[in-house]
Amino acid sequence: MADTNLISLVEKQHIVSLLDHGKRTDGRAFDEFRKISIIPGYVAKAEGSAIVKIGRTKVIAGVKAQLGTPFPDTPDSGVVTTTVELVPIASPIFESGPPRAKAIELARVADRAIRESKCVNKESLVLISGKKVWILFIDIYVLDHDGNLFDACELAAISAIMNARIPETKIVTDEEGNEDVELLETTTPLKLDYTPISCTFGKIGKHIIVDPVLKEEGIEDARITFAFRDDDKICATQKGENGTFTVDELKKCIDIASERTKEIRSQLDKITDAKAYPWSEET
Amino acid sequence: MAKEKEKTVLITKDGTRHDGRKKEDIREIKFEVGVLDRADGSCLINWGRNKILAAVYGPRELHPKHMQMPDKALIRCEYRMATFSVPERKRPAPNRREREISKILGEALKPAVFDYLYPRSVIDVFIEVIQADGGSRCAAVCAASLAIADAGVPMKDLVAGCAAGILDGQVVLDLDDVEDKEGDGDLPFAYLPHTEEVVLLQSDGIFSQKEYKEALDMLIPASKKIYQMQRDALTNRYSRITEKVIETLDKEKTPAKSKEKKTEPAKKDSKKKADDKKDKEPAAEKAEKKKSGKRILGKKKTSPKEKAEKK
Amino acid sequence: MPVLIKDRSMVTPGETIAEGEYMLGSNVFRKEKQIISQVIGLVTIKDNHISVVSLKGKYFPRVGDLVIGKVTDVSLSSWIVDIESPYPGIIRTSSSLDRRFDPVKDDTRKIFDVGDIVVSKIFSFDRTRDPQLTLRNDNRSQSGPYLGKLTGGRVIKVSPSKIPRLIGRRGSMISTIKQYTNCRMIVGQNGCVWFKGNNFEDEFLVLQAIEKIDREAHTSGLTDRVKEFLEEMVKDRKPPTKTPKEEKPAEKKPAGEKKA
Repeated sequence: MADTNLISLVEKQHIVSLLDHGKRTDGRAFDEFRKISIIPGYVAKAEGSAIVKIGRTKVIAGVKAQLGTPFPDTPDSGVVTTTVELVPIASPIFESGPPRAKAIELARVADRAIRESKCVNKESLVLISGKKVWILFIDIYVLDHDGNLFDACELAAISAIMNARIPETKIVTDEEGNEDVELLETTTPLKLDYTPISCTFGKIGKHIIVDPVLKEEGIEDARITFAFRDDDKICATQKGENGTFTVDELKKCIDIASERTKEIRSQLDKITDAKAYPWSEET
Repeated sequence: MAKEKEKTVLITKDGTRHDGRKKEDIREIKFEVGVLDRADGSCLINWGRNKILAAVYGPRELHPKHMQMPDKALIRCEYRMATFSVPERKRPAPNRREREISKILGEALKPAVFDYLYPRSVIDVFIEVIQADGGSRCAAVCAASLAIADAGVPMKDLVAGCAAGILDGQVVLDLDDVEDKEGDGDLPFAYLPHTEEVVLLQSDGIFSQKEYKEALDMLIPASKKIYQMQRDALTNRYSRITEKVIETLDKEKTPAKSKEKKTEPAKKDSKKKADDKKDKEPAAEKAEKKKSGKRILGKKKTSPKEKAEKK
Repeated sequence: MPVLIKDRSMVTPGETIAEGEYMLGSNVFRKEKQIISQVIGLVTIKDNHISVVSLKGKYFPRVGDLVIGKVTDVSLSSWIVDIESPYPGIIRTSSSLDRRFDPVKDDTRKIFDVGDIVVSKIFSFDRTRDPQLTLRNDNRSQSGPYLGKLTGGRVIKVSPSKIPRLIGRRGSMISTIKQYTNCRMIVGQNGCVWFKGNNFEDEFLVLQAIEKIDREAHTSGLTDRVKEFLEEMVKDRKPPTKTPKEEKPAEKKPAGEKKA
């Protein structure tokens, strides 16, 4: 109905006064994530896939691998592209049609975290230098929107990549000496060098909170996302909304983000469960 | 369509198909209602290897205003496929096939909905195919009708449907992806079981008149079967909650429960009491019991309705 | 004239409830002799009268209903209010305010602004026009419920079909909740509930109670269960509710104990 995420004054006052008392609407600490679960391999027809649930937010990502030619300026590098679709099933405020600014920002941030972290070894995607490489499409669909799509999309992308298996190949040469690629029946996992994980903060007044839910997002003044690699280096940042952060606040956020992403990474095995229930549980 | 015809035997002479089904067998179907939090109504269908999500928003205000109809609600349906739902990556933008299916699905759902109750509004039905495996439009229409019912929109009936097809001259039900590509014909069908009104019918490929009529005759009982599954899925969602309430009640062992129990059959009572003694721990145990509750109810729920139907 | 489905059992759309001459209530329709349900809900059969109580669904405006909504747009002489229905509510200055309103001199935004929560009454609605809301009570000599802007507290949404359960027979459920939590509550027929308590704990208790009712509305004996639930919860932290005005220092102790 309302085309924006309009939060009523009463709700806003309530959230803010809770924050002033050191509390959040769902009882979490300021630096606490909601429950995260990852369901890998949900789509058998994709090379790799995963559903990520952060609280009630649900996101699905699928990896498709296609043979193609590399970009002329990078003949010895495969191609990895990430897209995000805010499909209208996910929220009353999403509309169908070509991706809007928000979807493009989401996709670019997820793409940046994947690309800049060099998590997929792109040389390993090259089959014939300058001619044949694997092109990986990571397509992310938001299914249920209850806030913090940045971390959900990023986590879904990396989970789908970790889950992906691409066909093994053989190079064949015909009589004229032309090389071509033959796909084999067997598959192999993608070669991963890093697992980038992101952590998003919302700033409401002077309070900074991790993993904002939709209502908190609706009243936040500013937002910042940091993506970290395994070696504790930052591989992507995105600040959003109209508000501002001080340098001290940012330093503090970086410390917290480093901790949270480490925790998530160390628990990946635990929270990843192909048999987990991917949808809303009642109550 | 399929040029590289692998020589799979689609159907043997005694009527066994490549996946072991008989002519009139449909694949395994599982509906789940209320899977999304934000949508007013939602449904996930697992039909063979098809995985399709349907979500309903509305009835809600319709923009742009010139699309509003003074006497009824607009039913706007959008069928989309995820890029990774098919073997070759699909381009994200909707193609002609998706637009056509969106249109006919909307038209199939419309007769089932009392649209005159909500003039000037819109009921949005969004369908996202997460994995496609043949017969996705029939699966989509079944899921969408459940999502509409889950949204509480008044309906004349649920829409149940299935596809028939021709494999080597034999009429069979519910083609999967392999059969769809290599078979000789496809006939998607959906109807309102109560009034027996057909709301969706398409065909491609060559059917003789006899084959076509045979296909229609086979589709009716199959759709009825699916209809029953739809109803069970819908009632199950609420029965699970009822069941859980009764469980927690018994745990609390309060005087008020005597009132409750009168409405519940004796069989369940004794079962619950047995459970009661075993545990009083709340969180972890509750989750387990939730599951057991579902199962008991799944069986139970069918019985009153079966009776009703016999009459 | 057989009734095929028992009273209070669950039906799905298209399911035949009875055959024969019955009076039609809500959410049912007749096809020849059959009485058929339109929705997923619970059958109610009273004498000759058959209806189905829907378990879910959007609010459909009715004249006279008290509704709570969110102001989404402001114009020179009216406000658009989202009342969680297929149609937006409209409050016009002319039909709502008790004092004179001059669109040239007076600013509508000073009365209600976008994002404000307003409780109002539907005074006209039909198929052709969006619901018109008013802030005046019908009978000026008698004091009706409070109408106007709501400040503080919380607003939550429940399914509108469950509002009758939330109110209870002659308001029994509502008064039970109020009694145990010392909260002020306003229930809109459109499924929006506003409440304001003396402290977070009380408000949280109301929230839990309402969620319980929303979830379990289709089961019987709910009032008793909610009462027990509240009793149980209040028992754990008796001091704060008994002395609501000094709750701040007192309430923190039990909360701290629980954590420890």
